[in-house]
Amino acid sequence: MKVEQISVFLENKSGRLAEVMRVLGGAGINIRALSIADTSDFGILRIIVNDKDKALAVLKDKDFTVSKTEVVAVEVADTPGGLSKILDLLDRQGVNVEYMYAFIERSSDNAVIIFRFDENDKAIKVLLGAGITILDGSKVYNI
Amino acid sequence: MIWNEEFETLPREALESLQLKRLKATVDRVYATVPFYKKKFDETGLKPSHIKTLKDLRLLPFTVKTDLRDNYPFGLFSVPMESVVRVHASSGTTGKPIVVGYTRRDIDTWAELMARTLTAAGIHKGDIVHNSYGYGLFTGGLGAHYGAERIGASVIPISGGNTKRQIMIMKDFGPTAITCTPSYALHLADVARDMGIDPAKDFKIRVGCFGAEPWSEKMREQIEKIFNIDAVDIFGLTEVIGPGVSSECIEAKKGLHIFEDHFIPEIIDPTTGEPLPYGEKGELVFTSITKEAFPVIRYRTRDLSCLNPELCVCGRTFVRMERITGRTDDMLIIRGVNVFPSQIESALMQIDGLEPHYQLIVDRKNNLDTIEVQVEVNEKIFSDEVKRLEEIEKRVVHDIKEMFGVSCKCTLVEPKTIQRSEGKAKRVIDKREL
Repeated sequence: MKVEQISVFLENKSGRLAEVMRVLGGAGINIRALSIADTSDFGILRIIVNDKDKALAVLKDKDFTVSKTEVVAVEVADTPGGLSKILDLLDRQGVNVEYMYAFIERSSDNAVIIFRFDENDKAIKVLLGAGITILDGSKVYNI
Repeated sequence: MIWNEEFETLPREALESLQLKRLKATVDRVYATVPFYKKKFDETGLKPSHIKTLKDLRLLPFTVKTDLRDNYPFGLFSVPMESVVRVHASSGTTGKPIVVGYTRRDIDTWAELMARTLTAAGIHKGDIVHNSYGYGLFTGGLGAHYGAERIGASVIPISGGNTKRQIMIMKDFGPTAITCTPSYALHLADVARDMGIDPAKDFKIRVGCFGAEPWSEKMREQIEKIFNIDAVDIFGLTEVIGPGVSSECIEAKKGLHIFEDHFIPEIIDPTTGEPLPYGEKGELVFTSITKEAFPVIRYRTRDLSCLNPELCVCGRTFVRMERITGRTDDMLIIRGVNVFPSQIESALMQIDGLEPHYQLIVDRKNNLDTIEVQVEVNEKIFSDEVKRLEEIEKRVVHDIKEMFGVSCKCTLVEPKTIQRSEGKAKRVIDKREL
């Protein structure tokens, strides 16, 4: 029920992001979704790719500091208010969102949002309990 | 102006005779009361009676900073603790500070030496002295304070920090002299100007005694121009007494007169330890000859200078040391505080997961020293969450602030970006032009 996201540490220097993309592109890795968290000193690039093990290997080889993080991919109705409904539900159940970002592709007619919760398992239970669809990693890497 | 005419203008022969008498008394004292020195003497079969002339100074063993560290806190004191009326401390190469002590007579000697220092800058009774050197364990604040009181000046014991308030006081109380680090003086000027005050016109200051960190002729010119004052160099170190080891005279401002009736200076070759003649550059070494609680024998300062015996226009017969031009070790002075890169390294190593790949970038922005600690990220400390990485940066800043009282900036950098080198890594990049 969980999706493995790859996080990459980026120093706030020009060309680092381009270098990451070059390495992944050169290894034939396809990025499905991405987001960057930035501070004034550094950034954390978060990506969902089609071949996470290969991506990890080629990035480590080029001396990037990387890690794997478990996130949750949630199907959200592609209408105004779709995301709001889900966030309200989570809020009522006391689940905190650490971060989230949207997927590039769609799952049938729905949007897909990647979430990282402070308690991933509790969040999954709450969402499933409300009849919301959660996508497994295998589905997400190759949408 | 000379505070103590009799001693500061002693003919050389009389001075040397006095030095020998005091040196012998000091050597007798340390041999009898300080186990560390007794052991050192016995190692070479040296006895106090072997010291017959001033040239025999070279027979005595050197003392280095680690000797003080190894005898922390009071192992080198020459009197029982009840005779010690004050302790002061300064940074050591590792976590523990260097601790020194003073008897009542030592405090009196120190006040005398600081009275000479301030008088050499033309400061006298009737002057109001604004003292921004730090008060506390640091010797600067109380050293300058006692000297100013001794000459009968009115002291404002303001210590460091709270710059806007200091400027208000400078404007309202009208001090005529200032004592602080040279970089703080420039910082005061910057903040004053931001407040709409012209340091050259709106203050009554006519002279400043600046020390506790190295500074250049160029910086002196800057300070003199910005404040419209005379800027005089003063020198000292905690291990020897604090400030009050030597001072420039306002008449010449060319080299600092060492108070040779209290301290015997030498310049040695830092590699071989051989004493060098006047005029040659080398490492400054001091032997105290009047201190009671904490005498030091041939203390290697790690500061580089040279001695000039030429008679000075001011009339003092004391030899002059050239302003300090560098050090033989990697110690940094940041906002007047001694910082050893090895201490920063040990602070970093206490933080779980950090690797020993770091670099210190020292710079001076708006006349304030800044220090940036760059640390390499590695998989152990890397977290997907920004706040965890920021926590590490905050921890480094906090631990270093606790250790030195200096605020640094911490930047996480990518692995393998900090230069590895054969042998001693270049840990420090000092961008300051002093």
